[in-house]
Amino acid sequence: MDKFIIDNMNLYYGSFHALKNVNLNMPKNKITAFIGPSGCGKSTLLKSLNRMNDLVEGCKITGDIKLDGTDIYSDMDVNVLRKKVGMVFQKANPFPMSVYDNIAFGPRTHGIKKKSELDRIVEESLRDAAIWDELKDRLKKSALGLSGGQQQRLCIARALAVKPEVLLMDEATSALDPISTGKIEELCLKLKDDYTIIMVTHNMQQALRISDNTAFFLLGEMVEYNSTDAVFSSPKDKRTEEYITGRFG
Amino acid sequence: MQGVFFLTALASIAAVAVICIFLFINGIPAMAEIGVFDFIGGQKWAPSNVPASYGIFNMIVASVYVTAGAIVIGVPIGILTAVYLARFCPKPLYKVLKPATELLAGIPSIVYGFFGLMVIVPFIRDNFGGNGSSWLAASIVLGIMILPTIIGVSESALRAVPESYYEGALALGATKERSVFKTILPASKSGVLAAVVLGIGRALGETMAVVLIAGNQVQIPSRLTDGLRTLTANIVMEMGYSTGLHRQALIATGVVLFIFILLITISMQAIKSRSEKHG
Repeated sequence: MDKFIIDNMNLYYGSFHALKNVNLNMPKNKITAFIGPSGCGKSTLLKSLNRMNDLVEGCKITGDIKLDGTDIYSDMDVNVLRKKVGMVFQKANPFPMSVYDNIAFGPRTHGIKKKSELDRIVEESLRDAAIWDELKDRLKKSALGLSGGQQQRLCIARALAVKPEVLLMDEATSALDPISTGKIEELCLKLKDDYTIIMVTHNMQQALRISDNTAFFLLGEMVEYNSTDAVFSSPKDKRTEEYITGRFG
Repeated sequence: MQGVFFLTALASIAAVAVICIFLFINGIPAMAEIGVFDFIGGQKWAPSNVPASYGIFNMIVASVYVTAGAIVIGVPIGILTAVYLARFCPKPLYKVLKPATELLAGIPSIVYGFFGLMVIVPFIRDNFGGNGSSWLAASIVLGIMILPTIIGVSESALRAVPESYYEGALALGATKERSVFKTILPASKSGVLAAVVLGIGRALGETMAVVLIAGNQVQIPSRLTDGLRTLTANIVMEMGYSTGLHRQALIATGVVLFIFILLITISMQAIKSRSEKHG
């Protein structure tokens, strides 16, 4: 079953045509990876899925993006959309507050005030993000004191705390060391049982290791989209082949 | 060439030092003669009585009251204006609003005093009773006068907050308002606090506007519509005709004011170093 359906989508930044006629169906409970060289539009597409592009001045989108059949640009409140479609950013961005308050921020935003309920959500989210054991004694400490890898997993926990259906990951491991990256990849494989994950990555090995489907982008165009195995073992397009064999990018 | 820079740097330091020395040389002996406790704690200011009384306690309290009133009025308006300018204001409007708030800083204090005298004082007299020249009048005008300081400093503090906090909050489904007030504003709190402290310093030191509208009675006001006399007003009103110990007592009043400002500057530095430590 497809979670996200992108139909004939074009995106412009002012007069710049950043995404050209994208058609893409992303299945539920799978990991979909967007790969491609810098500036190819993969992050732009990811940010269209929770409308973070709305913040960019002069950004204009045509075509449809549907989440479970509902058009996210015309038929859904943006805050409801972002509750359903969580995001983890390239650079870990914990709020300058305690670990607990970071996780509780989302639930509080959506009206949960009861202490016992928040306690439960905080623990559950940190457990789901495989960081509970490391942080359970530091819940009241500032999140800014954590290591980069811990901060990023904290941000994943924070995103999980609002019970999203989809998790967008925008090069979430690009600033991390291999061990932290490994932990997050492992986490993604576990999380896909409950969530649909869509990730942008520069790291082709990462896409190969954990994603089920891969879309390759070049200069705003989606060149190829197929199961990850197929894209990496027998790419149909010459440009895909050149990219994954490292001839450019 | 470096020598020239050094000399210019020295000039400002020398100015502070000379003012400091002047104040203390002239002020300390007076305090000693009156008695430090009688001077600071005394409630009676009667320089022309025989024997004269030089107690400035009521004026210290008045300065604190007026400043507190200005903060109550100016801080919420100032911070919310800064939030609006930094996060909500459409660009064309910003081009008008920003210079307008800056213009507020350039208006001479005597003009604020006139404005208070002609508009605020009659308004208070007609609506709240008393003769209008009052604690409330001074607080309102000072509250307006500290706005540009609070707006300017708070706005730059708000703008210095990483955009990633804001985006992080939005991405969790928070509204724009909630993202701003729950992430950006708390993250800029040391800068905003610095703005408030600067505002306090400005309000405490203001003289000309206050002298015109505060009523200048030496008393601790019990109502907002009562008049009061601040430390600065005391100095400016009596300096012209004072002689001898009276004159020295006024300079000693200046010493007390100077110490207040010193405390504010020190707390300012403390806030700064704390925010550098904690990012």
